[in-house]
Amino acid sequence: MFAIAKKLREKGVLGLNERNSDYIMRLNPRRLYPLVDDKVLTKELALKAGMAVPDLYGIIAHQGEVREFADIVRDRNSFVIKPARGSGGDGIFVVVGRGKRKRDNYRLSSGLFVSEGEILHHISNTVGGQYSLSGNPDKALIEYCVHFDPTFSEVSYQGVPDIRVIVYRGYPAMAMVRLPTRASDGKANLHQGAVGAGVDLRTGETLNGVLENDVVDEHPDTGALIAGLKIPMWNFILESSARGYDVTGLGYLGVDMVIDRDRGPLILEMNARPGLNIQIANRTGLAHRIARIEAIYDASASPEERAAVARREFPAHELSPGARTET
Amino acid sequence: MKQRYVFVLAALLAVIGLSVFLYKWQVLGFPLSEDQETPVWTIESAVNFDSGPGSIKVQLHVPTLTPGFRMLNENSVSRGYGFNLNYGSGGREAQWAIRRADGEQTIYYRISVYEDDSVDQSDTTPPFPPLPVINEPLKTAVDVLVSDVRDQSADTASFTAELLRRVNDPTPDPNIELLLAGAGSSAEFVGVITTILAAARIPARMVHGFPLSGRQRSASLVTWLEVHDGDQWLYFNPMTGEERLPERFFVWWRGNEPIVTVEGGSNVEVGFAIQQNHLDAVAIAETQAAKRGTIAVDFSLYSLPIQTQAVYGVLLMIPIGALIMVIMRNLVGIDAFGTFMPVLIALAFRETKLLWGLVLFTTLVALGLSIRFLLDRLRLLLVPRLSAVLIVVVLLMLFISLTSHRLGMETGLSVALFPMVIIAMTIERMSVVWEERGAADAMRAGIGSLVVAIAAYIFMGLAWLEHLIFTFPELLLLILALVVLAGRYTGYRLSELRRFKALSLE
Repeated sequence: MFAIAKKLREKGVLGLNERNSDYIMRLNPRRLYPLVDDKVLTKELALKAGMAVPDLYGIIAHQGEVREFADIVRDRNSFVIKPARGSGGDGIFVVVGRGKRKRDNYRLSSGLFVSEGEILHHISNTVGGQYSLSGNPDKALIEYCVHFDPTFSEVSYQGVPDIRVIVYRGYPAMAMVRLPTRASDGKANLHQGAVGAGVDLRTGETLNGVLENDVVDEHPDTGALIAGLKIPMWNFILESSARGYDVTGLGYLGVDMVIDRDRGPLILEMNARPGLNIQIANRTGLAHRIARIEAIYDASASPEERAAVARREFPAHELSPGARTET
Repeated sequence: MKQRYVFVLAALLAVIGLSVFLYKWQVLGFPLSEDQETPVWTIESAVNFDSGPGSIKVQLHVPTLTPGFRMLNENSVSRGYGFNLNYGSGGREAQWAIRRADGEQTIYYRISVYEDDSVDQSDTTPPFPPLPVINEPLKTAVDVLVSDVRDQSADTASFTAELLRRVNDPTPDPNIELLLAGAGSSAEFVGVITTILAAARIPARMVHGFPLSGRQRSASLVTWLEVHDGDQWLYFNPMTGEERLPERFFVWWRGNEPIVTVEGGSNVEVGFAIQQNHLDAVAIAETQAAKRGTIAVDFSLYSLPIQTQAVYGVLLMIPIGALIMVIMRNLVGIDAFGTFMPVLIALAFRETKLLWGLVLFTTLVALGLSIRFLLDRLRLLLVPRLSAVLIVVVLLMLFISLTSHRLGMETGLSVALFPMVIIAMTIERMSVVWEERGAADAMRAGIGSLVVAIAAYIFMGLAWLEHLIFTFPELLLLILALVVLAGRYTGYRLSELRRFKALSLE
């Protein structure tokens, strides 16, 4: 038992306790949380900073406004409904189409048809706070449904694959691609059975995937190879995530992005308590990278410079701290 | 930096908690375990006499310095007499007085004592006694005896031992025979010995008392010899010369004076009765602390009304449950619903007992969940739905109670003790997790909650721990220190070793 702990320590694997007390509590002041916990605020901030986000179609903030839903989506065939304060991808409805004859029948990304009544119920639950972190009343966002880039179409089962970048004090430290599976019900959430694949920060190429806690080479549903996919506009993704720090001020930040076929990488949301599974997906610990960032930290560096530093410093396949040589 | 403050704070809390605890335990004698009882002896002396025509004054020697025993309380029972305590040459004297009395009188004096090895003879060192005035021919006999014994001894102790050997010799020499000629009672016998010792300039006095053992209707006083060797008092058995007090010898009074003097009365008799009973060690410690005037007793939970005590007996265990919760969450890494839900469930288990508690809880949650899924079809808004679940939970509790009562299983009635709001929230949370993350996750967190609840129940149910915390609530500071320390634990959780195992293999 202690041998495993020692080994993990050597590998620089970050545990929940350490993440919470040494990074989240130290670098993420509580007052900044609303900026990322409320997706409406995040969207506004990101827009102000000139970052690309999915278009907002409408906000439903009160039970009384729930019936405005039909008006909001009158001209849209596809859209996403999500709670403003949701977490872990819970409570997100992805509507990809409508019934041909009955316009108030909606087709979800899973292929299921749901009636408008069901959607209204879902929205009112969302507004009531069912998916919000503390159970408080919430808002429902209705926004642009991303038409995702074909890069990952072979390795996704429905849903939208997204890219998670951990940004430490403004420097991208680690990244992974989250690929939905049948088990995860189209959600890009590793806890629910999505596949996570580490990303080589230098090249933007995917590494092998991880399902639950095991390494996988192929997507469990499509059978396609996971490793070696080149993420388009990788440098832009790194720079956008680095900019997430300037926008939110959170020193330990998770930035979630999707790549739209037409509009390129869009910021979906940001997270003040990003999970630790990214370490499994990259098969490397965060602690050493964090230590390296601390060593070269430069408060005056621009997001572009920080992204460049990340590309230089954190290529994949660092085997052990001892073997890592700076180039 | 912060780390250091945490350690300092934890150390401070631990030190305060532990030192108050040690003070109460070691100095005030609060017991560590519940069934610790201390034998307490109650000695009652009854003074009987026939009253004379005039005013009556009774003087009774009462225990003053009692090596090996500590006084718990004392009182006197006398009808119409005025009472006060004085210090005389032989120690404390109880004094009763009355202007007139008719017929036979009885005055009781009662003292309760318990064994305490720390009570020592704290008497002052006596001055060398003046040479006694002895008339011839006794004077020559004493001088000869003293010089003989001095030749055959080295110090006070051996002198006394040698003297006692000689006076107890079945065939004593003529000098001793002469000296002891008038000594009829054992008190008079010891009186002669003290005189001889005084002639040798050795401070000596009589000690009167009795060995305490069980219950005695009429105990008779035994006289012992006390000799000061310059440092401390030594006790000698005047009959054997053995240098030690009998087991549990309780000293009543010292000196040559009679135990009781009655002015204005006749046919005086003194009887002693001894009774042994056991008293809760806590009560004794309380009395002691009260005598010392420490605030420890003012803030003791035992001073609260019994009912409140019972409430606190349970409440004080909640920190233990919280500690278990911290360990399970942050050190082991078990998933559970709600932060303190398992602790509250564990509290309910205390009443229902574990097995029944588990059965009832599982039944309640399972039934609640299935009804919650039915409610889901109605598409209720959040707060009304939660309220509906709550009402369903109350109804289910009622149903379980009534059913089990009909079946003659009275344990089922205790289902009412489960915190229903917490259970309703648990059902709601569980159903949401079930829907979103699947049955496996919901079950895992549900079972996790139960595991933590069982662990909390086991620790919160330890009788000795409960007594310890109740008697020494300051130990909660220690638990606070532990929790604070755990709050800065940045190592891996046990479950993470498994989670990240793949990383350790490469």
